Amino acid sequence: MTKQTELSAISINDLTVAYNEKPVLWDIDFHAPQGVLLAIVGPNGAGKSTLIKSILGLVKPAAGQILVFDNDYRPQSRLIGYVPQKNSVDWDFPTSVLDVVMMGCYGELGWFKRPSHKERELAINCLEKVGMKEFMNRQISQLSGGQQQRVFIARAFMQDAPIYLMDEPFAGVDAATEKSIIALLRELKDKGKTVICVHHDLQTLKEYFDWVMLLNVRRLALGPVNEVLTAQNLKKAYGGKAGFLAGMNTEEK
Amino acid sequence: MLTTQFEIMLLASLTAVTCALPGVFLILRRVALMSDAISHAILLGIVLAFFITKNLSSPLLIVGATLVGILTVSLTELIIRTHKLKKDAAIGLVFPLLFSIGVVLINKYTGDVHIDADCVLFGELAFAPFNRLYINDIDLGPQGIWVISAALMLNITFIFFFYKELKLSTFDAGLAAALGFFPGLIHYALMTLVSITAVSAFESVGSILVVALMIAPPAGAYLLTNRLSHMIFISAGIGIISAIGGYGMAYAFNANIAGSMATISGVIFILILFFAPERGILANMVVRKWHKWDFAASTLTVHLLQAEIEDADYTEHIVSHMIRHMKWTPEYTSEVIAQCIQEEFIEKHGSKLVLTPYGREKANLSLVKN
Repeated sequence: MTKQTELSAISINDLTVAYNEKPVLWDIDFHAPQGVLLAIVGPNGAGKSTLIKSILGLVKPAAGQILVFDNDYRPQSRLIGYVPQKNSVDWDFPTSVLDVVMMGCYGELGWFKRPSHKERELAINCLEKVGMKEFMNRQISQLSGGQQQRVFIARAFMQDAPIYLMDEPFAGVDAATEKSIIALLRELKDKGKTVICVHHDLQTLKEYFDWVMLLNVRRLALGPVNEVLTAQNLKKAYGGKAGFLAGMNTEEK
Repeated sequence: MLTTQFEIMLLASLTAVTCALPGVFLILRRVALMSDAISHAILLGIVLAFFITKNLSSPLLIVGATLVGILTVSLTELIIRTHKLKKDAAIGLVFPLLFSIGVVLINKYTGDVHIDADCVLFGELAFAPFNRLYINDIDLGPQGIWVISAALMLNITFIFFFYKELKLSTFDAGLAAALGFFPGLIHYALMTLVSITAVSAFESVGSILVVALMIAPPAGAYLLTNRLSHMIFISAGIGIISAIGGYGMAYAFNANIAGSMATISGVIFILILFFAPERGILANMVVRKWHKWDFAASTLTVHLLQAEIEDADYTEHIVSHMIRHMKWTPEYTSEVIAQCIQEEFIEKHGSKLVLTPYGREKANLSLVKN
């Protein structure tokens, strides 16, 4: 499907990140091909969010190189759309659903410029795509967890970037919403976009994603889901706790 | 005398609005206490600048105060970044230190100058009209009004031009950074505004009222609206009401004007806290009571629906079931039944309770919802 020669969406060489001298990511090599749905999977404290934040330049790495389409990344280039963790923001903030979605175009507008009628229309469109149009004038605190997540996805649509980084887009949503979100992510992928998600649920990994990276401070495995998701690799990532997971995996084979 | 009164009220209102504007963002960023820290610590900057200029109306005082304000923020963040202490403790450590150095310096070296601890805390709004600005012997009005107006213009200009950036970096700093907006820079710009605002308001109203005016009006506005832009205007409005109301109160009781303004702003906040239409305590109580009643009605109708499906007359049984299993008192049970009859969910046929079509709909709806 993806040839070796094709340009990677994101390629990382020897990335090391440390908080207070303690390494959170150690010597990571990571190459994400274009046009895949890729999951970053690993136990708590594995450095999954940190990896995403390093790519975005929100965290300063101690060493290593991060390239986006073979270039150093600048936020101004708007090559990456970002969906932060749902609970990283204050949902009591006095603003409407439509307003939050419009924030997705702030990068394109740049400093000073205000969103106009055109951006408003675009935002309504994006809300329609995620089935939240009728909520556009709602105060954001009145949304359920799944609705909040869909608003964030609509905001990501608004950013219209070739690469998306999403931090746990399925956290705190019910099964039905999860299905509708994955359908939206596939839609992005079908448009040729690269979608990289921090993911927690190993059960749904095969069903939802085509590529996976197993991470636990070090990079343990990276590749198409079927190749990477072996009992041995899972044990490397999760240690002894992976007993039941490994069982699940062999069953599915 | 009338002009003096008008000038005091104008100065007080301008100060209130100037403080409310950055206050909105302090509240939303959950760093309200930072206003307390900055408004106290700037005293050190004022004193140090005064040592250099020997002139209390030099603009250099504002520069000095602003620098110390930013120093306060940086020191606080430095302590937080060590991960040894939390934010509140860090703030509580830094500003008393800077403030008290300022107080000691005043006591030691400026004994004969018009700058003392009382005026630091409460300001001298009543005397503000006597400190006038003259250019070529033309009386341009109280100097305080010019100073605070400049700060107000600065705040309005900044919020107008950086509204989008302030909103995004306050709501979602991560996305702001990812889109290239430097939320750290915006944070320091905002803190600089808070410092400039505090020092500009300082002479008239003192450091305590600066805190009251930065926090109480935006906190009240926060409970009244769901839109950031409205919150800004409502805060300004509450500020003006506090200013004028406070002046009236001071006049009536012959009390300190700044203290009266702070009192009024606090009272307004408490009134909003209780009576805000959506987020107020009373509104919440009404909603909770409604939920409780709605739950009771749902339970009763669902049980009756169950009886209907099984084609049985369980009326007696259901009522005793409610009392036993739902732990309803007999009084509450008959209250719920009466209420349900009044809302036309159920009808009484002799001793038998029967669902109306409307009540059946209600029962089905509650089953779907759960």
